[in-house]
Amino acid sequence: MQRRVVVTGLGLVCAVGNTAPEIWSKLLAGKSGMAPITAFDTTGFSVTFAAEVKNFDPLDFVDKKESRKMARFIHLALGATHEAMENSGLKITDQNATRVGVHIGSGIGGFDIIEREHSAMLAGGPRKISPFFIPAAIINLAAGQVSIRYGAKGPNEATATACTTSAHSIGDAYRIIERGDADVMIAGGSEAAITPMGIGGFAAMRALSTRNDDPEHACRPFDKDRDGFVCGEGAGILILEELEHAKARGAKIVAEIIGYGMSADAFHITGMPEDGDGCFRAMENALKSANLRPEQIDYVNAHATSTPLGDATESKAMQRLFGEHATSHKLLVSSTKSMTGHLLGGAGGLEAGITIMALMNQIVPPTANLDNVDPECKLNYIANHPQNAKLDYALSNSFGFGGTNGSLVFRRWEE
Amino acid sequence: MAAVEEKVKQIIVEQLQVDEAEVTPSASFQEDLGADSLDVVELVMQFEEAFDIEIPDEDAEKIKTVKDAIEYIDKNAKGGK
Repeated sequence: MQRRVVVTGLGLVCAVGNTAPEIWSKLLAGKSGMAPITAFDTTGFSVTFAAEVKNFDPLDFVDKKESRKMARFIHLALGATHEAMENSGLKITDQNATRVGVHIGSGIGGFDIIEREHSAMLAGGPRKISPFFIPAAIINLAAGQVSIRYGAKGPNEATATACTTSAHSIGDAYRIIERGDADVMIAGGSEAAITPMGIGGFAAMRALSTRNDDPEHACRPFDKDRDGFVCGEGAGILILEELEHAKARGAKIVAEIIGYGMSADAFHITGMPEDGDGCFRAMENALKSANLRPEQIDYVNAHATSTPLGDATESKAMQRLFGEHATSHKLLVSSTKSMTGHLLGGAGGLEAGITIMALMNQIVPPTANLDNVDPECKLNYIANHPQNAKLDYALSNSFGFGGTNGSLVFRRWEE
Repeated sequence: MAAVEEKVKQIIVEQLQVDEAEVTPSASFQEDLGADSLDVVELVMQFEEAFDIEIPDEDAEKIKTVKDAIEYIDKNAKGGK
């Protein structure tokens, strides 16, 4: 018999809030998390704002000595994991430890630490490199630190597939449980790339919005005046659990994960083909694996980052897949990046969490700053105000540099 | 000696996040003060920084207790800072 996989915990951290409920209320109110960068001096940078996490103290989750051995993306992952674990009520014991795994990725990893240690080396020579440089910075150490802190002895992995990272982490973790290699997976992603090299690097690609004089309105997916994405940071962690395992311990189930699709564009390092063929196939594969017809999907949390090409391309791919269901505006689509900024490797985790909260609350969060819809974008984007709706099935999209795509399908949970 | 001892203890308390009372002369970094091998490497780097000395790896390996550190620095530091 096919093993079913449900979600029993959510932990989210991003610029609009440090917990899932706080984020949900801010999204419904259309609050933007964007502001001038406080992490470093932006003099000379063409982009001077971002969506930074506010008032996050790693010492709430880890002691001072240990916290120094971790890049910020690991701190954020520990914060989100703390909420998700509390939420799930799961206790890891000697009996279940080997059946609980961790799958937490990051697109970038510890740029903050890499930059700091590189500066130390340039100033003082190689002897000034900290012995904790490597374990503080490398991508799989978020998964490693979570396993160490919680005693999770099952499969331990980290994906690094740019902005599709945490959609892949969640999808792959779902498959791990389905196959029987674990009963529970702590899965998602984390990112903290608001550093001089992170912002400078994306700005050099001309990928970021330069609306420096108006950060709150800078991220405007599907709007005709959009001019690039806004770098966000944060983490999104789900507790995925085999259905019978969750029932046996009386866990509160918040949704079921029923589909996962992947694809590659095989086209360009950062661009996507104009017809969005890769996006189309990721969504199509996700629907196939969920055994759903396109018209059964009620809501899509779009990848839409507010770049001129990306949002139009994703819209075209949705139009091709969903047909009349989409063009008639029955399919509800929104981009919550308009408020949270783009979490890069953390985006899929955060947005899976938001998609699940939409199913739980039967409300679609809006696309903020959508004042004049781009004529190239022809769907129902829930402009500026949330909408109550009957939602049974929802899809979350993530597309990343390298042409790597992932789509997840969630089902509203009912006993 | 007293100034070196005071400063060494201060660095250990800060780096290893231990109680000052635990930092006795015979306390071993790894066995008594909760350090792992990487913590000790970083601790030695902090001593180098604070006392403006270079501690070669072959010497660093012999610094295992609070007393080892104080004696080594007292002998090799150029007056400290």
